[in-house]
Amino acid sequence: MKRRDFLKSTAALAGASAVSAPAIFSSAKAQTRNETLLIVSESGPNNVDIHGVGTNVPGYEVSWNCYDRLISHEMKTGPSGQPYYDKDKFKMELADDMNVGDMSATFKLKKNATFQDGTPVTAKDVKWSLDRAVTVGGFPTFQMRAGSLTKAEQFVVVDDNTFRVDFAKKDRLTIPDLAVVVPAIYNSELVKKNATEKDPWGMEYTKLNTAGSGAYKVTSWTAGSEVIMERNETWKGGPLPKIKRVIWRMVPSAGNRRALLERGDADISYELPNKDFVELKSAGKLNIISTPFSNGCQYIGMNVKNPPFDNPKVRQAVAYALPYQKIMDAVLFGLGKPLFGGPEKAVEAAWPLAHKYNTDMAKAKALMAEAGYPNGFETTISFDLGFATVNEPLCVLVQESLGQIGIKCEINKIPGANFRTELNKKTLPLYTNVFSGWLDYPEYFYIWCYHGNNSIFNTMGYQSKDMDALIDGAVTAAAAGDKAAWEKDVKGFVDLAYTDIPRIPLFQPYSNVAMQKNVSGYAYWFHRRLDYRGFSKA
Amino acid sequence: MLTLIFKRMLMAIPSLIGVVIVTFLLTRALPGDPAAYFAGPAATKEAVEQIRVKLGLDQPLIVQFGRYVTDLAKGDLGSSLTTGQPVAKEIRARLPASAELTLLGLIVSMAVAIPLGILAATKPGSMIDHACRVITTAGVSLPVFFTGLILVYLFYYQLGWAPAPLGRLDIFTSPPKSITGLYLIDSLLAGNLEVFWASLKQLILPALTLAIFSLAPIARMTRAAMLAVLASDFVRTARASGLSEFTVIVTYAFRNAMLPVITTLGMVFSFLLGANVLVEKVFAWPGIGSFAVEALIASDFAPVQGFVLTMAIMYVALNLLIDVLYGLIDPRVRVEA
Repeated sequence: MKRRDFLKSTAALAGASAVSAPAIFSSAKAQTRNETLLIVSESGPNNVDIHGVGTNVPGYEVSWNCYDRLISHEMKTGPSGQPYYDKDKFKMELADDMNVGDMSATFKLKKNATFQDGTPVTAKDVKWSLDRAVTVGGFPTFQMRAGSLTKAEQFVVVDDNTFRVDFAKKDRLTIPDLAVVVPAIYNSELVKKNATEKDPWGMEYTKLNTAGSGAYKVTSWTAGSEVIMERNETWKGGPLPKIKRVIWRMVPSAGNRRALLERGDADISYELPNKDFVELKSAGKLNIISTPFSNGCQYIGMNVKNPPFDNPKVRQAVAYALPYQKIMDAVLFGLGKPLFGGPEKAVEAAWPLAHKYNTDMAKAKALMAEAGYPNGFETTISFDLGFATVNEPLCVLVQESLGQIGIKCEINKIPGANFRTELNKKTLPLYTNVFSGWLDYPEYFYIWCYHGNNSIFNTMGYQSKDMDALIDGAVTAAAAGDKAAWEKDVKGFVDLAYTDIPRIPLFQPYSNVAMQKNVSGYAYWFHRRLDYRGFSKA
Repeated sequence: MLTLIFKRMLMAIPSLIGVVIVTFLLTRALPGDPAAYFAGPAATKEAVEQIRVKLGLDQPLIVQFGRYVTDLAKGDLGSSLTTGQPVAKEIRARLPASAELTLLGLIVSMAVAIPLGILAATKPGSMIDHACRVITTAGVSLPVFFTGLILVYLFYYQLGWAPAPLGRLDIFTSPPKSITGLYLIDSLLAGNLEVFWASLKQLILPALTLAIFSLAPIARMTRAAMLAVLASDFVRTARASGLSEFTVIVTYAFRNAMLPVITTLGMVFSFLLGANVLVEKVFAWPGIGSFAVEALIASDFAPVQGFVLTMAIMYVALNLLIDVLYGLIDPRVRVEA
């Protein structure tokens, strides 16, 4: 074959392979397109029941949209103008009326509410569902316990239409805990029909099928690739949603999720790298909404039980040596709320608050010398590979910075499956992690992360009598409604946490969502997943 | 022939038993703790323990193994925790997706690589020989995810010719009734040309990506085998007898050069089937490779074991098929069991 022939034939080949294909939506389908929401994300649910064993976070999203709770939250305006759930104002969902007494709360159910198969919702179903949440163990039971809801006896059927929750003790988190994802109301008859002796709560059935009264129902689910949800036309929990059909596709490659958005084929995506969000934002073709995680932050934790981090001077030295601004610029591309360089003492009773530390190598070196480590020491810094896009560059920057005060860090990358186990051993000397709580109350965060009862989130092994007294004080004051005492204790424990500094907050991560300009109605929820009920498309 | 197949199957049993034992032990030796992983970030120690008991992971290894083997004997591969589905069902659904993609990729690759290899061998040192070398080297040295992303960028993002990389079908087409699990074949069987076209469009880019990657071994092997055969006496005789160049090369030489090519094809196919994880990731393809890798990351034992077992069985079957093919291509070859 001659060279010219070869070139000719390859050109022909290239032409032949370039078969033209229309974009995935043709004009004839425009009508349904307007009522269909196409979501692309990295991973999908492994179980559509939040009570399931090991249900993952995408599974929460399905549960949230396909089940109703007794109550939910009203909306307010968030930090950048987006709708944001109002943690203090409740909205009735399956309940028609809520009457909170001293040691109990009584709910009247909506009379005309039905499950998706047409059976009416009764107080029996509510009791069965909440019994299930406190009995099945694992995450749902743990979450219910956070609101002092622990025993089936607390849930009482008054009559078909009236339901009562008895409080185990005064706890201001009890009512908010009834509005989280876990206390969903199930169609008890339908689930019981599909239960077996080995599986009395019908977990195998609800794993694959939705059995609620919610605004959407799962009509097709191919694990790992697609979930399709259709609107429940008889939903009574609120005004009928505008979106008829939600198609949720799993697209593992972040580059392709971005391409799908930019080409206009996908309506919404989240879980993109920060860099992509920043570029999309400046390109201006899409709506990008960034909201700081409520009650959460990324931090550097130190194990305070073992040297050298048992010495508060060393911890303060580290706090002065961290490259805060570099992390904001080079790792987050500005998509995070800084939690450093704040005032000396807490000025308001809120959380998270910025601490007083800022990068100051001279101070850090002086503190290291004072602590008796003028030449530094060697240690390891660990992170979860599951979130490597943020964690890896962050740890490299920290390593470089700590090197300047003589702390030689080796970076220890831990695979996602193993990170929790390692963290729970409470032996990692230095690590970075994110903690965020559903219930947005400072004392809630502190009970889990700083209290001496040593919950699993107190990953530093931190113990302080003063801290415990302040946290317990705030909890008691909140339950009694004593605002002044509560504020004093909250400011007190924040100040103490920042003087002792067993963990150094870096920033509040942003929950980033990118959507087409014609999509509106995104709202931020404590669970940070999408609520389809508010969306509409122009 | 039948005795050969039967004997070979018997011989495969010990290796399969070995595979079962080794994968079981290997998955248990992984550092991750599935109970902690699936208890979620907010789980207490007790919650993790409860999940451990539910998953049966609190039992001694030998008991767990016994349970696994009994289930396996009943055809139950266990359930995946990452997707929440029975592993057997997942593999049944995902294997055809991978197989369809790999087969098409291999066909495209063969269509390019074999002629290319033959041409290169007939004119060693020529322009086409160099082109063959350059193309195959480039194909094999570009990582598949890179080729895949470039193709998506060019044909979907820039030119808009290819459909969105959203898996096997666009979102408004429903899959054909499952007969073989291969959408191309099923849609033709159902006489539904629209679905056939839709799934073909989705297949073009990922198949091309795989094809580019697998050009090298096939083209190089064809070239080497052809060179050896073309230098042999019977080709010289055939040429001397005045047979046309086409007859000499295709009928005489290529037929004799096919054995090593077939062996390579078999190897490339089984390699691609398990190893095209990256292509699956780029094109959101619901295949078996990405399923296994995701399970591995989550220390999800059952799918990993199921995957390795399926692959082992496929490998045995494929090798058997190739041996049978040998006999058909070259009657001189006798494969002894």
